Amino acid sequence: MKFGILVNEGPYQHQASDSAYQFTKTALEKGHEIFRVFFYHDGVNNGTRLTVPPQDDRHIVNRWSELAQKYNLDLVLCIAAAQRRGMLDENEAKRQGKDANNIAPGFRISGLGQLVEAGIQSERLVVFGD
Amino acid sequence: MDEMEGTIKKFLYLNRRAPYGTIYALESLEVVLIGAAFDQDVSLAFIDDGVYQLKKNQDTVKVEMKNFSPTYRALEGYDVEKLYVDKASLEARGLTTEDLVVPVQVLDVAQMTELMAQQDVVLSF
Repeated sequence: MKFGILVNEGPYQHQASDSAYQFTKTALEKGHEIFRVFFYHDGVNNGTRLTVPPQDDRHIVNRWSELAQKYNLDLVLCIAAAQRRGMLDENEAKRQGKDANNIAPGFRISGLGQLVEAGIQSERLVVFGD
Repeated sequence: MDEMEGTIKKFLYLNRRAPYGTIYALESLEVVLIGAAFDQDVSLAFIDDGVYQLKKNQDTVKVEMKNFSPTYRALEGYDVEKLYVDKASLEARGLTTEDLVVPVQVLDVAQMTELMAQQDVVLSF
């Protein structure tokens, strides 16, 4: 089956992000297709490469990046939600006159149309949130 | 993109939270507005504290937040005209449709369940 995934909560604060990861990983291992993982609301914080969790804890951001690399997964952060929360890629940082960017490997920033498209293209859109 | 043309799915935006306390309501509305460009079959449902999103006379000046309730009145211009409100949620909060900024259809639990069952995509905020 072709799934779209929506992640609405941030890492560590809320289990939604963990559940989304476990679901996505398992679906891929079982041979299903993930059309896209879209991060919205505080979910965009799953894509900051500046995250430094304690060594004995899971690294949620790196885990997503590794999954993206292994399966050529499309991880998209909503641009409007990201900008509100201080998440910038190199281009946006330049455009907004900011001195840094913080997007983790495997993630890209794009518009909400990518979420609607995921709803249209996927057989199931699964929402992970509060 | 060719594959997408002509595909019309039933999208339901399920709004469950009060308009201010958290950002869910505002960001849900942002998806609705962007999504309108995709010409899908869109419905909005308001349940639990989500019914407060449609309350008339919202005044947010002192909490220094943007009052986005006028945007619900503009939805018609985006061809988003199917707005549903959960009857029990409305009544539990002492509200009637007269208290709301837009005309809505009031559904009981069975009707709301039916509405959800009919959808292809349910986005819950």
